[in-house]
Amino acid sequence: MGADAPAPEAALALVGRAGRRRVVRSVDLVARKAGLCPGTPVAKAQALYPDLTIMDADPQGDREGLEKLALWFQRRMAPVVAVDPPDGIVLDTTGADHLHGGEQAMLAAMVLRLRRTGVTAKAAVADSLGAAHALARYGRARMLVVPPGEAAAAMADLPIAALRLPDDIVDGLHALGVSRIGPLAGMPRAPLALRFGPEVARRLDQAFGRVAEAIVPIRPVEPVEVSRNFAEPIGAAETIARMIGTLVPPLCQLLEERGQGGRCFDLLLHRVDSRAEAIRIATAQPVRAAGRLIRLLCEKIETIDPGFGIERMVLTVSWAEPMGVRQAMSLLDEADEPDVSGLIDSLANRVGTQALYRFMPVESDMPERSFCRVPALAPDEAKDWPDHWPRPMRLLPRPEPVHAMAELPDQPPIFFIWRGVRRKVRCADGPERVFGEWWKGDAELTTARDYFRVEDTSGERFWIYRAGDGEHGETGSQGWFLHGIFG
Amino acid sequence: MDGLSCHMPASESRPALEVLREQISRLGGRSGRRRAVLPFGLDEIDSRLPGGGLMLGALHEVAGGGCDALHAAAAGQFAAGIAGRTRGKVLWIVSRQDVFAPALMQVGLSGRRVIYVEARSDVDVLACFEEGLRHGGLGAVVAEVARLSMTASRRLQLAAETSGALGIALRRWRRPTGAADFGQSTASVTRWRVSVLPSVALPVPGVGRPRWRLELIRARAGDEAIFEVEACDGQGRLAQSGLVENRLALPAVLADGSDQEAVGRRRARA
Repeated sequence: MGADAPAPEAALALVGRAGRRRVVRSVDLVARKAGLCPGTPVAKAQALYPDLTIMDADPQGDREGLEKLALWFQRRMAPVVAVDPPDGIVLDTTGADHLHGGEQAMLAAMVLRLRRTGVTAKAAVADSLGAAHALARYGRARMLVVPPGEAAAAMADLPIAALRLPDDIVDGLHALGVSRIGPLAGMPRAPLALRFGPEVARRLDQAFGRVAEAIVPIRPVEPVEVSRNFAEPIGAAETIARMIGTLVPPLCQLLEERGQGGRCFDLLLHRVDSRAEAIRIATAQPVRAAGRLIRLLCEKIETIDPGFGIERMVLTVSWAEPMGVRQAMSLLDEADEPDVSGLIDSLANRVGTQALYRFMPVESDMPERSFCRVPALAPDEAKDWPDHWPRPMRLLPRPEPVHAMAELPDQPPIFFIWRGVRRKVRCADGPERVFGEWWKGDAELTTARDYFRVEDTSGERFWIYRAGDGEHGETGSQGWFLHGIFG
Repeated sequence: MDGLSCHMPASESRPALEVLREQISRLGGRSGRRRAVLPFGLDEIDSRLPGGGLMLGALHEVAGGGCDALHAAAAGQFAAGIAGRTRGKVLWIVSRQDVFAPALMQVGLSGRRVIYVEARSDVDVLACFEEGLRHGGLGAVVAEVARLSMTASRRLQLAAETSGALGIALRRWRRPTGAADFGQSTASVTRWRVSVLPSVALPVPGVGRPRWRLELIRARAGDEAIFEVEACDGQGRLAQSGLVENRLALPAVLADGSDQEAVGRRRARA
């Protein structure tokens, strides 16, 4: 809404028409807390809450916004994405969650990205569209991953409105005293069907995953895509591989004509039972080399289930970037460093992009903050770590407390006990004093650590520190910690 | 004591032995041409290794001795020192990440060169290891694995052989009992155990240059041997351990790096 947007702390209601009446369509958090709920007639709402801001609902605009958001999801998250109006987006994350580090991490990333743009979202992963729909809207948790086969148990406590039933059926069931999904699922089907028609049973089966429900994916405008229909359904892995081999070169041709390279490719395999299996591959740099794409796609064939056969294959570029023409090889050049981006891509498609990284120096004296992870193919930075003091080969994920005896204020310990083993210190280097970083927070304003490299009598070398400077109580607890192990 | 406790065979028999080894390796069908090697720059070690150094295009195993079997700190630094002397990017595959990158830089392996792969399981580690070795464009591939079966190591060895990559399996176990696994035979070309030794006492308070006991437990077409060395310096080179009284650890400038570059070029052409 731009500059016309009302202040976030104002109670806001969007109104639309229901028949001849004007009713509240949706309310913001402030209005909801005040007790206003959608469906109230506008006149009543205004009478009850005089300072309510009222604006006209724009269903068409909402729908377009939702589609734009869905396209973003399709580019970044999973190949099969559909809008679920008025306020939902459905993703088929099969075969895509590993790229984001698992389902939980994927949900967290989605909700976080949405929150950063000012959208409060709830998300759920479940076996079926119906279950995920219900749990995302009516579940208590902001993010929920339901393990396979446990959707029915997770949904038992939800209200029947979560089943996407028409309002009159919901009202009818309420009249019968049924308000939760669990009891409804336990009721005999025949009387229900007699009274309410087949809808109740169909929605229940969809939610519990007994009946397949197709997700009709949205498509980006003018997609770069190549498709192929088969007269006879195919199923063997070799055949699928061969068909991938015929789909990729025309796609690369299309990309070349546009001067683009793909960062993300989706292969949709439509099965004869009208379900779609998907393979998604992502690359670290724009790619249009057919051989490499074919290899990346074929590595994923084992993850798909062809069922009774595949009748149509569609290969789409869901994220394209400009890519210039580059001279491949020249005899005049000095032999350059070999290109590893192909290897990075195939590893990333196996373990996930965030599991491949390099460490870059960060200017911080605190050892645990002195490095950060950057993508494997990020451009090099010139700086390096300072080389004044030896650093341990292994840095423990968090410093482990040790019992130590040392002379104050700045002598290394005489002995220390770590993991139940008492070690006598034979010689030591230090102290190397590290001060807290006051700009990180008040707690670090006065903290200090004294690091020592100690060698015990058997020759093992450790990096231990005292939290505090040994003189002033405000600098730390004066306890000893083991932080690293030297080679 | 010269700090080098290994038994040297009679030097006259060496040429005859070399010829025989050549014949055997030719019978094995392994080498049409001579394999490139990466010398340590220490004659004592290089002379014990067939070819005069660590064979490229092969799988090598490194494990820590004692407590280091769990932490693989000395073993890791030994591996980093080897990887640092190769050319090109280095893939470092772990299942739990506790490598402190500044330490790798201090043995000559710059943070710019190392790409870490954090695999979820040992199976994934081995799969990524094999893929990295097959690529052939990397300087070295280091993987921290606990179990390494004969079959898995043979696959890795074949992958390294076909691409000419240097593979280092850094054996690291979760608990001390797991280290017994190191006795199982694998297809690796050499197998090392690195244990820490007390550093040489300095005339002033402080810790001297770290020293290691390097045990060459197995070498294909070679003998086992034990060396005592000073740990890798800033270029990843080991130094002969001097136990001379009051001797300060000197940086080991034993060779001027030309041999490494020659190796790199040879590999780039191959």
